[in-house]
Amino acid sequence: MDVLFNNLDLFGPFFLRTIELFVLSAVGSLVLGTVLAMLRVSPVPVFRAVGTAYVTIARNTPLTLVFAFFVFAYPLLDIVKLDYFPAAVTALTVYTAAFICEVVRSGINTVPVGQAEAGRALGLTFGQILGQVVLPQALRSVVPPLISTLIALLKNTTIAAGFSVAEAGAIRSYLSERGENQLVGLLWVALGFIILVAVLSFVQRSLEKRWSVAR
Amino acid sequence: MRIRTLAVGVLVGGLTLTTLTACGKEGTPSTPGAGDQSGSSAAALPSYPVASGVDLAGSPVFAKMKSAGALTVGAKDDQPGLGQKDPTTGKFGGFDIEIAKLVSAGLGFDPEKITFRTVDSGAREQTIANGDVNYYVGTYSITDKRKALVSFAGPYFVAGQDLLVRKDDSSITGKDTLKGKKVCSVTGSTPIQKIRSENLTEPGNIVEFQKYSQCVEKLLSKDVDAVTTDDAILKGYASQDPDNLKVVGQTFSTEKYGIGLNKDDKVLRDKVNEILQKALDDGTWQKIYDATLGKSGSAAKKPTLEKY
Repeated sequence: MDVLFNNLDLFGPFFLRTIELFVLSAVGSLVLGTVLAMLRVSPVPVFRAVGTAYVTIARNTPLTLVFAFFVFAYPLLDIVKLDYFPAAVTALTVYTAAFICEVVRSGINTVPVGQAEAGRALGLTFGQILGQVVLPQALRSVVPPLISTLIALLKNTTIAAGFSVAEAGAIRSYLSERGENQLVGLLWVALGFIILVAVLSFVQRSLEKRWSVAR
Repeated sequence: MRIRTLAVGVLVGGLTLTTLTACGKEGTPSTPGAGDQSGSSAAALPSYPVASGVDLAGSPVFAKMKSAGALTVGAKDDQPGLGQKDPTTGKFGGFDIEIAKLVSAGLGFDPEKITFRTVDSGAREQTIANGDVNYYVGTYSITDKRKALVSFAGPYFVAGQDLLVRKDDSSITGKDTLKGKKVCSVTGSTPIQKIRSENLTEPGNIVEFQKYSQCVEKLLSKDVDAVTTDDAILKGYASQDPDNLKVVGQTFSTEKYGIGLNKDDKVLRDKVNEILQKALDDGTWQKIYDATLGKSGSAAKKPTLEKY
């Protein structure tokens, strides 16, 4: 208990930073991932190629390398200046979007082709079919893997500690310098993550209940 | 058939690569900084007579060393002048490394047989407690809180927090001129916690990486304005690149470097203190300093041992 209460100045703001990092990159990667999934199922070959290339590259690169790129290499390109926190959000978004894309795409594959054909027969455009017929059903059927990907994202945020974002992953090094018992500190950090993941699991269960598709 | 062709191709490719890299290794001279240390100073470094007949009854760690017949010593590998691993030869060099060798000789083990193991700051206490290293020498500041987890022999060196800046930057003269400047150090390190808690610069200007070398890289690319930690470490970097870097020279803390030992091993601690005291008295310590950190041009300040 002492380790937690003597260092509340660490645990509080650092976990807050973790949550900020998670929420921003979750929103970013859900949007980017869905767009990528749309690219990957689009009838235009160039779009499909772009989507496939993105997923292949982003999903096969270790996250630390993605981070290292945005923190050490990207500034040398002199495009837009990214501070460390936005750089971390970008890295997490770029990486997680590839996984979200594949989850969403697998959801799209669960929607019977007949529905798209029916839509086309009614005169709907590709965008309308995707946005109003296919995607809503696709997202409903992939709630569990989607949340799993988000849980992975939540835990991946700890990598930002090595790249100048003071979040929960950095608590251990701070405790070590303060001479606190690190194992106890790590237990508290783990407990923090369990609580955060529990919240996500709760969201998953309630969404599953509300959105369950009768087939 | 195709698989076999592929396997042969991979094998041939791999062989060519290894030969190529092997050639490269042989031909390339080591980096200037590291080369200097192992080259010209090798002659100046003192040698340490290996003690014989050392027996420390009641020291579990010593008993372990004795039965293994060799030592594993924890160290840092990215601190020029203190503890640095030469990327081409894989050998460690620097002030801390020499102290580790001195202690090893005093304990009756040939310093050549030491296996150095890189242990990052965050893992030190646990590594020592687990017995993964016999002792640890790597800019390890003695603090009361740490004394609860490990025990310290020494101090064998006294350093102080200072600032490393670009040579042409005259706007930073000490800790009170840091406002509005980006300051970098290792994640969670004592110096950066001091900058944070004393509000020496705005929280948004604090930059933390896993290694000092990454901070120095960012300093040179002007993404940060100062790197802060103990002057000993900073002097090492400044002496590697004196055309672009300088140490401000206004220390604002006292860091006593100790040798980290198992908490329950008072017998070993007393012995290590005895070895250090002897080296301080007979001039060996001074020779080690002159051959390593002394090259940065600053004078040595002999530490006083704390025997607790």
